[in-house]
Amino acid sequence: METKTAAVSMRNVTKTFGSVVANDKISLDIYKGEILALLGENGSGKTTLLNMLSGIYFPDEGQIFINGKEEVIRSPKDALQLGIGMVHQHFKLIDVLSATENIILGLEGKLNIKEASKKIEEICDKYGFEVNPKQKIYDMSVSQKQTVEIVKVLYRGADILILDEPTAVLTPQESEKLFAVLRKMRDDGKAIVIITHKMHEVESLSDRVAVLRGGKYIGDMATRDTNVTEMTNMMVGHTVTLNIDRPDPVDPKPRIEVKGLSVRDEEGFLKLNDVSFTANSGEILGIAGISGCGQKELLEAIAGLQVTESGTIAYVQDDGNREMLIGKDPLKIAELGVSLSFVPEDRLGMGLVGNMDLTDNMMLRSFRDGRSPFANRKSPKELAERVVEDLEVVTPGITTPVRRLSGGNVQKVLVGREIASAPTVLLTAYAVRGLDINSSYTIYELLNEQKKKGVAVIFVGEDLDVMVELCDRILVLCGGEVSGIVDARKTDKNEVGMLMTRVGGGEKHE
Amino acid sequence: MSNAMKKEKKREPRFHIVKRESLVWYKAMSIRVIAILLALVVCGIITTITTGINPLNVYESMVAGAFGSTRKTWITFQNTSILLLISLALTPAFKMKFWNIGGEGQVLIGGLASAVCMIYLEGKVPNAVMILCMIIASIGAGMIWGLIPALFKAKWNTNETLSTLMMNYIATQLVAFFVILEEVPKGSGKIGIINQNSNSGWLPQLFGSKYLLAIVVAVIITLFMAIYLRYSKHGYEINVVGESENTARYVGIKVEKVIIRTMMLSGAICGLAGLLLVGGINHTITTTIAGGEGFTAVLVSWMSKFNPFTMIISSLLIVFMERGAGEISTNFGLNHSYSDILTGIILFFIIGCEFFISYQLQYCKKTEKSGKEEA
Repeated sequence: METKTAAVSMRNVTKTFGSVVANDKISLDIYKGEILALLGENGSGKTTLLNMLSGIYFPDEGQIFINGKEEVIRSPKDALQLGIGMVHQHFKLIDVLSATENIILGLEGKLNIKEASKKIEEICDKYGFEVNPKQKIYDMSVSQKQTVEIVKVLYRGADILILDEPTAVLTPQESEKLFAVLRKMRDDGKAIVIITHKMHEVESLSDRVAVLRGGKYIGDMATRDTNVTEMTNMMVGHTVTLNIDRPDPVDPKPRIEVKGLSVRDEEGFLKLNDVSFTANSGEILGIAGISGCGQKELLEAIAGLQVTESGTIAYVQDDGNREMLIGKDPLKIAELGVSLSFVPEDRLGMGLVGNMDLTDNMMLRSFRDGRSPFANRKSPKELAERVVEDLEVVTPGITTPVRRLSGGNVQKVLVGREIASAPTVLLTAYAVRGLDINSSYTIYELLNEQKKKGVAVIFVGEDLDVMVELCDRILVLCGGEVSGIVDARKTDKNEVGMLMTRVGGGEKHE
Repeated sequence: MSNAMKKEKKREPRFHIVKRESLVWYKAMSIRVIAILLALVVCGIITTITTGINPLNVYESMVAGAFGSTRKTWITFQNTSILLLISLALTPAFKMKFWNIGGEGQVLIGGLASAVCMIYLEGKVPNAVMILCMIIASIGAGMIWGLIPALFKAKWNTNETLSTLMMNYIATQLVAFFVILEEVPKGSGKIGIINQNSNSGWLPQLFGSKYLLAIVVAVIITLFMAIYLRYSKHGYEINVVGESENTARYVGIKVEKVIIRTMMLSGAICGLAGLLLVGGINHTITTTIAGGEGFTAVLVSWMSKFNPFTMIISSLLIVFMERGAGEISTNFGLNHSYSDILTGIILFFIIGCEFFISYQLQYCKKTEKSGKEEA
């Protein structure tokens, strides 16, 4: 470790956007043969910093040295020439092309697919990737697509690799596979930087951590000399407790009854097959599963947004009367007097309108109120002010378009609006995806508050560590079927992980 | 080392483009004013180089073309009103991200509907009834012309750009057919002034001015549209559908219903513009009566960022340039294309300046910085 050499040295790098200083005089070293985890809350400037390294942004001030030599990185092409490759959170692949075609796309020189395939296979053998060079992207699972992205930057000769939240879309097993590959690449002398919010991954994978807060560089340390609490405190700037509260369910009664629900997508694939369960009031029901196993369809079916094939969804009133929700759109469900709130996965594309300000987004649920042809903006404005104050939303004001807010704050606005209508059922899909640890805990607290009020909370999640701590029961979906419903107090991550891949049909629905 | 560093320096970009957070309105305004001034200077230079005419004379006759006499001024305002009306009509559709480029056809069909009423009801009903029929028919016809592409879009998700465009040709052909059917005198290939003697079906003059009606209607519709888009529930729904259909479905807005309703409104106002053109201004119908305003209105609407009040200024500017440029070509004996060239240059600058309003160029401070460190 004494002989480590810096692959990248950034010195006093500053980047401002308008009046916002995203990076303030940051100096950071990235060493060869080391995995560096870059930590920081949302909006702390991690992505901006790495984007400057990969040529997407150009720094206002400061210098970047690659292998000891000062370089000017003007474009992603410059970055690649210097051996810097970035794997983005959102894949940049062309669906109808094969893996090989995607990898060599945009390269200069002769196009020789055969030679390229050979080189790709060499890379795969060296690091243990599993890629079929001829397979088309649209045939691939999310983790395969990610593999193609990584092979793509390696093919271009990158020895400084940047990964932006690579595990956000992977199952625990897939993540392990990725980590094994990354470790091999480290041992091969490559410099690797990874951004992640999952602290246990930081602990198990990285050699060193560097922390940013509010655009400033806070410090770095060897991973083995630190622990989650210390890292979190550095990120947040004050002490935080990392225990998720789990109050006992209050007077649980059946609230949503799903029986034999089946859903087909537009292409005729069975996305949900004979799903039955009951969600109780005053309880958090977790739904676990590999992504794309029918979680989205299940929530949207309950919310009245998904055409179903068969089965029933009933809402049980306090007095035991049943209202059928199936076949009704969100408006009709609301007219039944069922107060159902839904925090969808796609926050800015479904739950909110990115270009509208906070007030107009609050209005989405309430704009129809009253008989006047004009929409009432007064109470939404008050609601927006209340949400900003109660949930500590960081925003320049309530007239700011929500797309300008950071991920955590966007989610607070959405959750704030959904719980404002005093729901009896609250559906949430990946409520903490992309959120930093502080915002995530705020969301867990809000969900627990709703639970204590007797709301039936359905929590579709991906971080199993969190789910076994937060939920009362966990329903596991595998390939559109229920592979088990377990008591979260008596189970552990491994059992749920096994259930996620248990049913034989799991593979073909991927 | 220092030699190598100097070589590297050359590669450094001199500036880069950064999106602005937002610009205070007066700064944005002054950028636009500068753009127009620059456009005029460029026009002047080109005029002098190509024709040898003093550019000041050119500008003078441009102004004279639009505002040279009381009559010219009124016509400028009247034309502005019609362009403004059509722009307002298209705006709700655009806000909904529905590419209604069928304004031309919707205006034409509205005009055709009034012409039909004027010719076939002549002498059969009292004047007031005839005008009422014209209003209903032209607005209704425009509505149907808007409804058809909307239905296809809502039910089968067809591309509305194509269908609205094709509806334009249908309208043009229908008018051409009608003109041949009813041409006066036979064989002339056109319909002269309709009901020239009885004046029946001619829309009334307001306060003794034949220009004022279109202007008043445009003012009313501007106010209506501004309020409708900003404060009504419908306006809010249009906004949500335009931004994200998924969000609209999520909150229970019926996207199909909104598309159909909004396009009917859009078509109806276009039909109204057609009524004014035929019943109020020209008292005849030709295939070119809309004069391409249906397309120019697309530009006005977008240039004004869908703000009805900004549209007043944009449409006035466009009409001013059209009329001024036309005057130049007559006064100096230049080809009419010359006015198109000038209009093109001015529009290029006006639209181009939006880039500088949304983005800013940042010059690199880095060179001097590292220079200091070296020293």
